[in-house]
Amino acid sequence: MSRTFIDGIIKNNLILVLAIGLCPTLAVTTSAYNGLGMGLAATFVLIFSNLIISAFRNIIPDNLRIPIFIVIIATFVTVVDYTLKAYVPFLSVQLGVFVPLIVVNCGILGRAEGFAYDHSPGYALMDGLGIGLGFTIILFVMGTIREILGQGIWLKIPGMFSGFKVFGEAFTNSSVILMILPPGGFLTIALLMGIFNLFRRK
Amino acid sequence: MLQLTPAPHISSGTNTKKIMYSVILALTPALIGSVYFFGWRALFLTILSVLSAEVTEYLFQKVTGRESRISNGSAVITGILLAFNISVNSPWWLPVAGSIFAIFVAKQVFGGLGYNIFNPALAGRAFLMASWPSLMTGRWIAPNSGTLSGLSSITLDGVTQATPLSLLKLHQGESVIQSLNSPGMLKALFFGNVGGCIGETSALLLLIGALYLFIKGYADWRISVGYIGSIFIFSGILYLFRVSPVNPLFHILAGGVMLGGLFMATDLVTSPVTRKGRWIFGFGGGIICVLIRLWGGYPEGVSYSILLMNMFVPLLDRMAPKVYGGLK
Repeated sequence: MSRTFIDGIIKNNLILVLAIGLCPTLAVTTSAYNGLGMGLAATFVLIFSNLIISAFRNIIPDNLRIPIFIVIIATFVTVVDYTLKAYVPFLSVQLGVFVPLIVVNCGILGRAEGFAYDHSPGYALMDGLGIGLGFTIILFVMGTIREILGQGIWLKIPGMFSGFKVFGEAFTNSSVILMILPPGGFLTIALLMGIFNLFRRK
Repeated sequence: MLQLTPAPHISSGTNTKKIMYSVILALTPALIGSVYFFGWRALFLTILSVLSAEVTEYLFQKVTGRESRISNGSAVITGILLAFNISVNSPWWLPVAGSIFAIFVAKQVFGGLGYNIFNPALAGRAFLMASWPSLMTGRWIAPNSGTLSGLSSITLDGVTQATPLSLLKLHQGESVIQSLNSPGMLKALFFGNVGGCIGETSALLLLIGALYLFIKGYADWRISVGYIGSIFIFSGILYLFRVSPVNPLFHILAGGVMLGGLFMATDLVTSPVTRKGRWIFGFGGGIICVLIRLWGGYPEGVSYSILLMNMFVPLLDRMAPKVYGGLK
């Protein structure tokens, strides 16, 4: 079981290895806080959808499975969406449409279809935890890289904390704007994948 | 020992190093001109850019354990061309950042010299344009030719002045357009006595360098003629129909058309291999450039036009002639 958990983080890393669920990854990782929020929201959905789908895998008819997966996932996304709106409204505004879009995140559907549907609930839970943690780590790292280079600050929390000025005032005033634009997302993800593969090959 | 090697046995004596150093030589007139027009800081920024390009290339090849090829001069060209693409009033770190991006992201991660899809210097410029738009478009100074000014960034005697192309974009009325169309303006554009990027202002000096490359055969004149010619023809037609307010000569002499068309579009790696492909490459780039200049958001479209055409190169290369007698 712990093997499933570790595999979820490294061998089956949603972004760096499976390369699925890239749309929210590219869109919301403009800051570390957004990345972390998105990662945790997706992890919550992932854990519970995996668990429920695995528990009901023997009664879900094969030819109707995808719509049933979607309904189960959508249930938990609604829970996350309203929770974010109630307790962290700033984050909810920042993530915007990408929270409801977790419903169609192919990462979550991919794990439901590829893992939870033919494994017992215990393994499905561990897979959800591992995959979710792997996803959250990468989103946080990407957000960190893009926020520091693109805005010169780190861990800015809207409405609460103005962030650490990592390289000082001068850098903050002339930061690499490209990094918080879409090309910066593609560049960061490509470089992370390259570095990851370099270490995995060794 | 008798050595046996397969044919061909005649060597042309041309190698990468020779071509690259010829290109550097061909860029020298424009570099000297830039010092004349903009002062020593032009040279300082160019050297910084070249150094950071070389160091990036060296470090990348060292870290990844590849054979070090920094002496072939290709990074030097990228450094010079990138510096030619920025204003003389830029802070010192701007060419450094651009060169690092050009060599690391646009060249080395694609596999190094010969494998890059985009011209590294232009990719570096696009990176700088997206990251620091105010530094790349808002700090032009008038050339103070002859009086070699110092190295400081904000030259006290340097007057900020809009470039001819930004004047065109602003559309500040009939008198401005008239002055842009005047023979005096065309003369200034030809010799290079106008505001602009470090190396792009003097059409004459760039043409001298390019002519040397064409005669040597290290750059294909078809690309340059196709590119500059199509800008001339397309903007000429638009001028006749009063769509473009300025004459076609202004269009080919102003901004980076000469620098781009003569030195960047003709990059051996990122241009097509067939003659027909090269004509299409140049022609398409010219049309895109005029479209951006007249209707796009930027005053200048040379860099994006060449980058866009770079993407078509693999497609254009598929138009290679059929092998004689080969199967269909």
